Amino acid sequence: MAHAHADHHDDHDHHGPDKGIMRWIKTTNHKDLGTLYLFFAFTMFFIGGMMSLVIRAELFQPGLQFVHPEFFNQMTTMHALVMIFGGVMPGFVGLANWMVPMQVGCSDLALPRINNWGFWLLPAAFTLLLSTLFLPGGAPAGGWTMYPPLVLQTGDAFPFLIFAVHLMGISSITGAINIVVTILNMRAPGMTLLKMPLFVWTWLITAYLLIAVMPVLAGAVTMLLTDKYFATSFFTASGGGDPVMFQHIFWFFGHPEVYIMILPAFGIVSTIIPTFARKRLFGYDSMVYATASIAFLSFIVWAHHMFTVGMPLAAELFFMFATMLIAVPTGVKVFNWVATMWRGSMTFETPMLFAIAFVFLFTIGGFSGLMLALTPVDFLYHDTYFVVAHFHYVLVPGAVFSIIAAVYYWIPKWTGRMYNESLGKLHFWLSAIFINVTFFPQHFAGLAGMQRRVPDYAVQFLDFNVWSSVGAFVFFFAQFIFIYNMLACCYGWGGRKRDLTDRVWEGATGLEWTVPSPAPYHTFEDQPQIGDDGEPVKVKATKTAKAH
Amino acid sequence: MKNAGRYRHAMRLGVVVVAMFGFGYALVPLYNALCDALGINGRTALVAAEALEAVKPDLSRTVKVEFVTTVNGSAPWDFSSEQPSIEVHPGELHTVIFNVTNHGDAAVGQAVPNIAPWNAARHLRKTECFCFNNQPLPSGEAQQMPMRFMIDPALPADINTVTLSYTFFDVPQVAAVH
Repeated sequence: MAHAHADHHDDHDHHGPDKGIMRWIKTTNHKDLGTLYLFFAFTMFFIGGMMSLVIRAELFQPGLQFVHPEFFNQMTTMHALVMIFGGVMPGFVGLANWMVPMQVGCSDLALPRINNWGFWLLPAAFTLLLSTLFLPGGAPAGGWTMYPPLVLQTGDAFPFLIFAVHLMGISSITGAINIVVTILNMRAPGMTLLKMPLFVWTWLITAYLLIAVMPVLAGAVTMLLTDKYFATSFFTASGGGDPVMFQHIFWFFGHPEVYIMILPAFGIVSTIIPTFARKRLFGYDSMVYATASIAFLSFIVWAHHMFTVGMPLAAELFFMFATMLIAVPTGVKVFNWVATMWRGSMTFETPMLFAIAFVFLFTIGGFSGLMLALTPVDFLYHDTYFVVAHFHYVLVPGAVFSIIAAVYYWIPKWTGRMYNESLGKLHFWLSAIFINVTFFPQHFAGLAGMQRRVPDYAVQFLDFNVWSSVGAFVFFFAQFIFIYNMLACCYGWGGRKRDLTDRVWEGATGLEWTVPSPAPYHTFEDQPQIGDDGEPVKVKATKTAKAH
Repeated sequence: MKNAGRYRHAMRLGVVVVAMFGFGYALVPLYNALCDALGINGRTALVAAEALEAVKPDLSRTVKVEFVTTVNGSAPWDFSSEQPSIEVHPGELHTVIFNVTNHGDAAVGQAVPNIAPWNAARHLRKTECFCFNNQPLPSGEAQQMPMRFMIDPALPADINTVTLSYTFFDVPQVAAVH
């Protein structure tokens, strides 16, 4: 007994990763789980990207060429669900897993086993969701917003959709609780709230948004489930319910959800730009307050997604002005990023290129958002490709570019190997050019009246759609440059050496750059002391059990 | 000790999660109460109005009331009003007959009313309406269903036309509505 105990203790002291597949199934290490989340997210980006290629192939020409209209609708619905819940959100959770403990100087997330469970719910959720493609009647095709009464006509796929959403929701909520508890209880001594890195701040606020709205989505889809199978009439007009009410409940979740997908991106960009401008972030405090303001405003603007359902004028005015108000804190952030670059000694490594592209292209998405906020003209834009162009501008060159930038920025710390800069720059320019080729013409198609979620279109939209399809294919295949580049760092392909300094980037600040590259399996088991200037006073040498 | 604090914090957040799940459901009565209180959403009262006799008709004003009839989905029913529209003085009682014919199997229908513009909703008083109850629709039979109503003289002055729409739903499992 005593021997076993000693063994156990020993094991704990030298704890490295287990061997084989069980390491990944049983792991409670935040770095392992961060890696799992990122691999999962990029797998989903790949699957969702294939679905978008089906959509773009069909829309290359007017008329019906490749797929049936029903399958086209399944693709638009599944593309959205996979990208939002499988790609962007797990991508950000993966980055939080890796970086939040390292940035606040603690050894792991607060609830490591819950963290493991939260991750492993996701493969289950997406197995359920993707299996619907092979069911009789096919996958859900009523749009990712799941509006009744249309969604209630979904066949066998319906309960799969609902339970997949439930599982994704539970996964997000466990991740969010973990992050809040970690940030509020486990920061290194001396790290006051207003000394936290901005990525930590934005994730703290995002986590609160998740805790507040994911349960509301769970409630809404549960009501759909009981409407379909248990004869409740929440949204069934013949039973005294109201389908419009679903839209209110859904968007009460949905609008904060869009900020869930962009606030961590703000944090990433606020980390990368100061590094490569070699200046402190301009207006740190205002960044924090702006993020909090955006989070607050996100709860009172939901009805701008549904201006055309027939609302009283007063409500339309309220939601219009509240929506436009969001431009103020967002503008504060954009100007702060620009001011950070102003007179900095800038260099343009790949993460910086993606961060600058983020600022520029996200702002374009913000402007089209302002146009959509105007109630009278929204009646023209509603459900057209203008909306599609808008949200893809904020989500692809917005959220996805920030995830890519973050991976480029931190992969040297994670793997100890530098990515190939030439391939990185090639990847950047292909991505930045072809994402615009894909989505910019969709603004014009939408203004000219092309509707979303329709597999056919009038001939006058042909040119816009040809551009868009060509852009989408090149953008998709350009991402394999990135995948190769990152895997080469992970596995040391092409003779990549582990010869990096702790700091990696000349202008990088923050605790993650005080540990060796690659980061040891366990970091900050002894917490560093943070001084008044926000820098660690002294960093005790952590046990350097090599991770890889 | 340190861990206990973390678990307490996590449990508190878990309570918030449960509360927000409940809040999602609480939005349902909240939504209905708001719609009723503000008279929005084009809802008319689903029960008969009372004490209409005391109202004096306003003969100086004429309001056009239009009727829209829709059968939901693919139910094999004909549903129409006897007149497409009528002109009324506010304060007068009128009866309009709606016809429904079921060309299919026996069914039960439920008509759901809606009114445009939204701020006319609270000024439409119905003493009798087929929409108050489920309507049995025997196979192959034509029925006449009366709707007796009055436009309240307090109808805002800028409203000259009121559109009253009925959508007839097939109710597979007859759930008692109100």
